[in-house]
Amino acid sequence: MAHVNTVAETLEDKLTQELGYNDHFHEHHHGDKFQSNFLTTYIFSTDHKIIGRQFLITGIFWAFIGAAMSIVFRLQLGFPEADMAWLRPILGKWIMVNEAGIGKLDPEFYYSLVTMHGTILVFFVLTAGLSGTFANLLIPLQIGARDMASPLLNALSYWFFFLAGVVLFISLFLSTGPFSGGWTAYPPLSALPQASDGSGAGMTMWIVAMALFVVSSLLGGVNYITTILNLRTKGMSLWRMPLPMWAIFVTAILGVLSFPVLLSGVLLLMFDRSMGTSFYLSEIVVGGEILDRIGGSPILFQHLFWFLGHPEVYIIILPAMGIVSEVLSVHSRKPIFGYTAMVYSILAIGFLAFIVWAHHMFMAGVNPFISNFFVIFTLIIAVPSAVKVFNWIGTIYGSNFRFTSASLFGVGFVSMFISGGLTGIFLGNSAIDIALHDTYFVVAHFHIVMGVAAFFGMFAGVYHWFPKMFSRYMNETLGKIHFWGTLVGAYAIFWPMHYTGMAGVPRRYYDGGASFDAFRHFEDLNRFITVAAIFVFFLQALFIVNFFYSIFSGKKLTVKNPWGANSLEWTTPIKPGHGNWPGNIPTVQRWAYDYGKGGEEFIPQYVPLKEGEHDLGEGH
Amino acid sequence: MAALRQEYNQSKIHPQKLLLWVAIGSIIMMFGAFTSAYVVRRAAGNWLEFKLPDIFMVSTAVILASSLTIHLAFSGFKKGKEQQYKGMLIATFVLGLVFVLLQYKGWEALNSMGATFTVNPSSSFIYVISGLHAAHVLGGIGALAVALTHAYVLPYKPTLRRKQRFDLVVHYWHFVDILWVYLMVFFMLQS
Repeated sequence: MAHVNTVAETLEDKLTQELGYNDHFHEHHHGDKFQSNFLTTYIFSTDHKIIGRQFLITGIFWAFIGAAMSIVFRLQLGFPEADMAWLRPILGKWIMVNEAGIGKLDPEFYYSLVTMHGTILVFFVLTAGLSGTFANLLIPLQIGARDMASPLLNALSYWFFFLAGVVLFISLFLSTGPFSGGWTAYPPLSALPQASDGSGAGMTMWIVAMALFVVSSLLGGVNYITTILNLRTKGMSLWRMPLPMWAIFVTAILGVLSFPVLLSGVLLLMFDRSMGTSFYLSEIVVGGEILDRIGGSPILFQHLFWFLGHPEVYIIILPAMGIVSEVLSVHSRKPIFGYTAMVYSILAIGFLAFIVWAHHMFMAGVNPFISNFFVIFTLIIAVPSAVKVFNWIGTIYGSNFRFTSASLFGVGFVSMFISGGLTGIFLGNSAIDIALHDTYFVVAHFHIVMGVAAFFGMFAGVYHWFPKMFSRYMNETLGKIHFWGTLVGAYAIFWPMHYTGMAGVPRRYYDGGASFDAFRHFEDLNRFITVAAIFVFFLQALFIVNFFYSIFSGKKLTVKNPWGANSLEWTTPIKPGHGNWPGNIPTVQRWAYDYGKGGEEFIPQYVPLKEGEHDLGEGH
Repeated sequence: MAALRQEYNQSKIHPQKLLLWVAIGSIIMMFGAFTSAYVVRRAAGNWLEFKLPDIFMVSTAVILASSLTIHLAFSGFKKGKEQQYKGMLIATFVLGLVFVLLQYKGWEALNSMGATFTVNPSSSFIYVISGLHAAHVLGGIGALAVALTHAYVLPYKPTLRRKQRFDLVVHYWHFVDILWVYLMVFFMLQS
């Protein structure tokens, strides 16, 4: 690697040479031996930038599978009478064709589809695909480090995730089908192999996949925490970190503390399934046979599951919040409104995440007096959430807003987060939950607030950091069509579900509740939702095409800092190599949000404070 | 990543040690989940009461002793007492193996007194929790094996790098020891 530190052409180079931090990184040349051929550079890489891209592309693959599944069951829900024989080439025996040649979706497989859709989207796409991508890509770049604290563990984290994906993917092709008892895997359906077709080999593979996934998350999480705490460049105090760093940091802490609990719960489930213990099973009759399992409690699993499950939804949404904060500030050309409040609200959400899990179990026989405790803390989450929303709006208010694909998705995120968050206030009340639990109202709520919103955060991040990832731009026109179509389409899918849910239409029903007279008049609405879902699904092709086309043939990046952003990732070369900075690591002199200050459009973090100038990050 | 470690003035703690601490926090959460599940399940009734076999007291003494020996090995390593370093390291390794063996004997004793793996969650929990702890001890024994090969294959040289690596093993070993003491106290208070 050539030493570039000879001629200082720009102010940035000059400052990096004068104030930058020489860690003698390039004197060792240890990076090069790991990146000597295609395999070690792009496949078994330990470079965080490659690993981030691996997470992203694997996530896109799974998003496609998971979304395609939802289209199949949406077809069933919207058009229960329709002939599905045309799907036989793909779904095979899961489409049952009668004598008249009319194909129907196997009800057993409908449940598998719903279960896999949930598992894939929650864990593989919005956890690994979102925080895996941006934690890996951004942590070393934004805090000013050469790589992660342990690049090896980092690579292992990806490969455990890959392996988990392989196991789950194979389970899709089992003759008894993948697991079908819901992504929450409640016993007894998950604990007794004879309970349903999917509870056999499908569930076993689900457990193996989850165990591998937990290992992947933990390896990633310990690494993210250590890197952020230990490898920040000179001057990068915690209070000068860009907000994605804070969000990812708290996300990693949540993961490291809650995934082991899921592992405990799943281990006990494994013993119940295969060793004859009865942690979760009691007085069970299956197919007329009385089992000798006594003394277990299925509620115990729900406690262990949701102790992870609730922090998990913040593991999904926090990175998106961090990304959106950064994107909105950069494209508003204004400092983020209320940086300190943003950080404290991230911390508050992270703390509250651990004491609200039982609001998923109000109707599962939890003591109503205990429920009160969970209601109160659940509703308190509205406070930090509202603080964040207020600050995002404050950031873009009165700004010279740049309408790019990234910033539009950022605004879309805020819109979705408000819409979905408001229904959370309904569901957080245990009394209202009596009527609303397990209806489409719940489906609408969590799809908007953590499904679509997290996707919007992810899209904002991809459009914004694509130039950093691939040294090319994505196409803005396609990006904007993608945004408007998805925004309108997503509301068209999920808004009507609030009405059907309030009317009491239950979720997870094969016929969408059509067999009940009371719900028959929702047929048209159901059809509308399905059509909207198909529209949004095919619209994502714009993104896929744009993404892969732009990797190879997008408009080339010619400047280091295309958005005029302050954070350190934009001081690396257009194509950053191993170690990220060819020479010194820049040192940090100020917080990341000096936009429009003292007549300057933006002042990057490596620029020293002027005499008498006050640092807005640390000076709170 | 030698260069990564040098002179980072943000924090004095070595990144790998911090990594270990975070991982330890994660392991604590897993055992915390098990013991809280135990408490919740016990409160629900239908719970078989039995006394823990005495052999678990012996194994507790053994793992406590191994913490002492690894401490002596580490101080021997730092002070240049090569004999103490090597001898105490072997002692720790052996005590670790004895501990796992004693746990196995303990499970046999439980089984023979009727508290089998499947009879009631109260006994199932003991097997699962102590078994998982033993798995973590085995991981520590693996790390000790690496430390042993370092001690006997490499020439004795208390470099900073070797001290840091050994320190990680010592930390982890003390952790599985304290974890077992916690679990033992927990079981005794609960039964």
